Amino acid sequence: MMSCEEATRLMSEQQERPLKLREKAGLTMHTAICSGCREFGRQMHTLRDLIRRDYSATNDSDSELSDSDKK
Amino acid sequence: MDDLPVTDALTDDIDDLRRDMLAFARLQISDEHLAEDAVQEALEGALRNASSFSRKATLKTWVFSILRFKIADILRGRYREPVREACKDCAGDTDSYFDDSGHWQAGVTPRAWGRTDHLVADRQFWRVFDACLEALPPEQARVFMMREFIELDSREICEALELSTSNLHVLLHRARLRLRECLSASWFNEESER
Repeated sequence: MMSCEEATRLMSEQQERPLKLREKAGLTMHTAICSGCREFGRQMHTLRDLIRRDYSATNDSDSELSDSDKK
Repeated sequence: MDDLPVTDALTDDIDDLRRDMLAFARLQISDEHLAEDAVQEALEGALRNASSFSRKATLKTWVFSILRFKIADILRGRYREPVREACKDCAGDTDSYFDDSGHWQAGVTPRAWGRTDHLVADRQFWRVFDACLEALPPEQARVFMMREFIELDSREICEALELSTSNLHVLLHRARLRLRECLSASWFNEESER
């Protein structure tokens, strides 16, 4: 069984490159029994999602926002 | 400009904004002149159309998105800035998170953050986020921002910083561990206690 350090390393690298089949299998086995690493994985997705939405949300809805502000 | 009572307040706001932008730019471009040029160009471009932005929060985010593109241009261009000894203390750097067998230390094991959808619009959250980012070792903050805020890919970052892919991955892993821990301690725990 891989360690939590190794599991978090793979979850971080998953945001940089596709994991190999063997890495994926090991990670799946690890997160099945490790709630800490499951949360780590969720939080990594949350972080990326929050950062990208923070920028794109305002870019896409500038006109919308200023219109509703006038009311 | 006497007929504009908000002028002083607006000038203060822009000074604040400029300071934030410069801090953001300097994290990625240590060449002071290049960083200042990027900020100046982004700010000028944004202010030319400032009248169409009625909310300060919107203006700030909008200006930063322009700045982000300016920085990406600089970093994708000929600009090279090698990271020196990026992994000097890599070996012991995760000791505070993992025990000898590589498992989570008690007290830093990730716990659920709960709902996060509303955080995008929460300015207080982004202030805490910025503080956590600034608390990272500079080279970690830098690669994290290049990757997540400027959205350069691994290859582009490695080229700009003359860094190996494996070193980049190590730095990003460290950055994510620290940032997650800082946000958990400074924001999410507080929130659950409210």
